[in-house]
Amino acid sequence: MMITPSSIWKNLRYLGVGIVFGIVFVKAEIISWFRIQEMFRLQSFFMYGVIGTAILVGMLSIWLIKRFKLKSLSGEVIEIEDKKFNKGQIYGGLIFGIGWAITGACPGPLFAQIGSGFLVVFLTFLSALAGTWVYGYFKDKLPH
Amino acid sequence: MIKQPWHWSVAGILIGLTVPTLLLIGNKKFGISSALRHFCAMCIPANIPFFMYDWRKELWNIFFVIGILLGGILASKFLTNPNAIVVAESTKLSLAKFGITDFSKLMPVQIFSFENIFTLKGLVFFIVGGFLVGFGTRYAGGCTSGHAIMGISNLQIPSLIATCCFMIGGFFSANILLPLLFNLF
Repeated sequence: MMITPSSIWKNLRYLGVGIVFGIVFVKAEIISWFRIQEMFRLQSFFMYGVIGTAILVGMLSIWLIKRFKLKSLSGEVIEIEDKKFNKGQIYGGLIFGIGWAITGACPGPLFAQIGSGFLVVFLTFLSALAGTWVYGYFKDKLPH
Repeated sequence: MIKQPWHWSVAGILIGLTVPTLLLIGNKKFGISSALRHFCAMCIPANIPFFMYDWRKELWNIFFVIGILLGGILASKFLTNPNAIVVAESTKLSLAKFGITDFSKLMPVQIFSFENIFTLKGLVFFIVGGFLVGFGTRYAGGCTSGHAIMGISNLQIPSLIATCCFMIGGFFSANILLPLLFNLF
């Protein structure tokens, strides 16, 4: 597949969704390292409220989409594959959790942190890329 | 009003609505950490099978995260909260013990600033922390977006397990590991 002007045009809508998403991250202060510390120290309800509400809204939306067999804009049937369990979800999940509390960021907020002027987080981003790459390199040797 | 920090319910609803928005506008499944994989596939595939796929088909995901970056720029340029962030008093007290006393910005400037790059603090918070985020999310097959929000919304048990592990790792890290690490600086 080639990148063509039309494929870029088609993908611009995701840039738009991303922009709104990034604004929400900053305006609700979800990108704040302090919010993550509050969450993991059980000293504030804020992040639980955000994630809990997002899950409820997501759940209701997916239920509606399935219930009314809604199609995407281009007419495709919306199907969401099931996720298969493997031990990576446990080991990887624990490892990510440790990193989340240290950096105060999951991958999404990482981008918004850089955007809102904490340029040093670009290093964190590069290191996250390195982590992803190292996982790819050792994938077959890791327990799954 | 628009400059004030938004309520958690507003943020939660808007983030939750991302799920149907992406499904309806292009049959895309909400997930962010995959973008890190696509960047690897784009820049440094190195013949590793995990990165040998056509990342161009996943261009949407890259546009999405670039959008998040732009959203961050726009929000901080035009919609900045003029006041200091409100942090729970109990969190402030605990963090003060580790020498984190500056609560004027969204991120603690005593950690996230360029002068810490070549220090042990920088190594821990930027390099080690970032590495764990990138390695862990890919190993788990998703992050807060793909597993906690998209996965649980779609009633996926593996995603629920992954999310519980994110939380366990975070509780351990924030309450046990970070206090130990702060003693080193």
